[in-house]
Amino acid sequence: MSNNLTKRGFEFISENAIKTFFLLCAIVSVVTTIGIVLVLLIETTNFFREVSLKEFFLGFRWNPTIKPTSFGVWPLLSGTLYFTFITALIALPVGLLSAVYLSEYSGRKIRSIIKPALEILAGIPTVVYGYFALVYITPLLRNLLPGIKTFNILSASIVVAIMIIPTVASISEDAIRAVPQSFRLAGLSLGITKFQVTASIILPASLSGILSSFILGLSRAIGETMAVTIAGGNLARLVNPLKPAEALLEPMQTMTAAMVEIGLSDITGNSTAYKSLFAVGFTLFLMTLTLNMVSQFIKNRYREKYK
Amino acid sequence: MNQAKLEKRAMLNQESFLSSKNDNIKSEWIKGRIFLLICIVSILFGILSLAALLIYVFWDALGWLNWQFITSTPSRFASKAGIFPMLMGSGFIIMLVALFSLPLGVGTAVYLEEYAPKNLFKKFIEINISNLAGVPSIVYGLLGLGLFVSFLDLTHGTILVGALTLTLRILPVVIVTSQEAIKAVPVSHRRASIGLGTTKWQMIRSVVLPESVPGIMTGMILALAVAMGETAPLIMIGAATSIFTAPRNIHSSFSSLPLQIFAWSDFPGEGFRHGVTPAAIVVLLVILMIMNGAAIYIRHRFSRDKN
Repeated sequence: MSNNLTKRGFEFISENAIKTFFLLCAIVSVVTTIGIVLVLLIETTNFFREVSLKEFFLGFRWNPTIKPTSFGVWPLLSGTLYFTFITALIALPVGLLSAVYLSEYSGRKIRSIIKPALEILAGIPTVVYGYFALVYITPLLRNLLPGIKTFNILSASIVVAIMIIPTVASISEDAIRAVPQSFRLAGLSLGITKFQVTASIILPASLSGILSSFILGLSRAIGETMAVTIAGGNLARLVNPLKPAEALLEPMQTMTAAMVEIGLSDITGNSTAYKSLFAVGFTLFLMTLTLNMVSQFIKNRYREKYK
Repeated sequence: MNQAKLEKRAMLNQESFLSSKNDNIKSEWIKGRIFLLICIVSILFGILSLAALLIYVFWDALGWLNWQFITSTPSRFASKAGIFPMLMGSGFIIMLVALFSLPLGVGTAVYLEEYAPKNLFKKFIEINISNLAGVPSIVYGLLGLGLFVSFLDLTHGTILVGALTLTLRILPVVIVTSQEAIKAVPVSHRRASIGLGTTKWQMIRSVVLPESVPGIMTGMILALAVAMGETAPLIMIGAATSIFTAPRNIHSSFSSLPLQIFAWSDFPGEGFRHGVTPAAIVVLLVILMIMNGAAIYIRHRFSRDKN
């Protein structure tokens, strides 16, 4: 009897101990977020004790390691925005049209082959993509564009676009599939062609989901690191807003690539360069976080619409 | 069924119109065909580009990829260079990441699916996890640098710091896939267990977890494949890009396969550019292929659809 009771008691304690263990596991992910924000916030504050807000946000020269140092973020920011824009120009339409094909045109058999093949694109490590851009794509492009530099933003954009196509395609496809079948049937029974159904009914009806996939794609491109570091060259400079097309064939530095450059140099924990890592990282974090949250917000809204 | 019929009828209608002299309908039909063609070109763009790049890299690796390459240390001379220490580093770190992330990830998933009351706290944790999944990997490197190296004063560039950083990086993926696997266990199985008088933990241990093992394994392997290819976070925590000795314990300095590929991508010599580096890439891709293949096999082998 008493033996049974102690067994019960032991069970009760172990039940609660185990529940507590699982709760602690769940809290690790919350602590991770807090950790990211705290680490970025503390070091960024330290950074702004040494460098003025004005120099960082309004400066046009980025030179963190060689004296005289200068910490204007604009060259990196313009590099990141330019790179993201070019990548989006390739990846977004290609991703969307792939999604349209998969959901509206492909048969079940073709889809079961193409879909996994498309997923492979996202599974190749970005360092490998960087190497592809530098060693295979740039020489190929040189045949078409003789003025292209060894390190250039175009080939980096092409490989990163290839990498984020699956992201854009799979989320867009989900959105397109969520459009009720009755919409398609209604269109077809009006006697319009399939293309007209797709362009004038399906795409507008799934616009919010497509938009959410686009924004997520942009966020991926902004955070992309190794491919731009390897193939984009590490030259922090402003994009000339009057001749944007010329910058395509030139080297450039994004925020992420600048962080890798500082990370590789022999800096100590007390130097301003070390702290600048976190200031740039914080800027990057805020940009991607905002985009991800906007993307999620839009996605949740369209879900409500058809359920 | 219905749609197929309607589409067929619409097609027939269009064909009969085509033979008539109605130019408007003819041009609409042509527009539709052109659109379909663009869709097909889009979906093939990424897949065929990657296929071409893979052919290039395998071709270049041919003749360089041999036993000597696998078992040697890096060298200034392409003909003597190898990847042994990096292979060991990657292996060591992946095992440690698996060790850390399996209990943490599955624990969190069990908590969220089995214990957490459906309230704001659960929603908060889930939103938090999906936001963590969108944080650029280089920011996790900053977290590792700020938290483990600066704050906890661990030596930079060690196996332990690298593994902890990559664990936090892949944790959101492990949690979400484990949650999916646990959700897929039928409610009736849980009720049967509780009906037999088991406690909650006994039910989880003997019904829920065994049934969700294949799903958890699949997600785990895919997440480890992501960790295997990560480069930027490891650069930020001060890992060596190239190293001559294999790591002996968790406090050893290390380098990994992607880091070495990054280091070699800078080497100008033809033997490195079109020989050694492609060989290292092929080794990395083959490892990833095996991991992905294992994941697909497990998913297929234990698929619920079979029952």
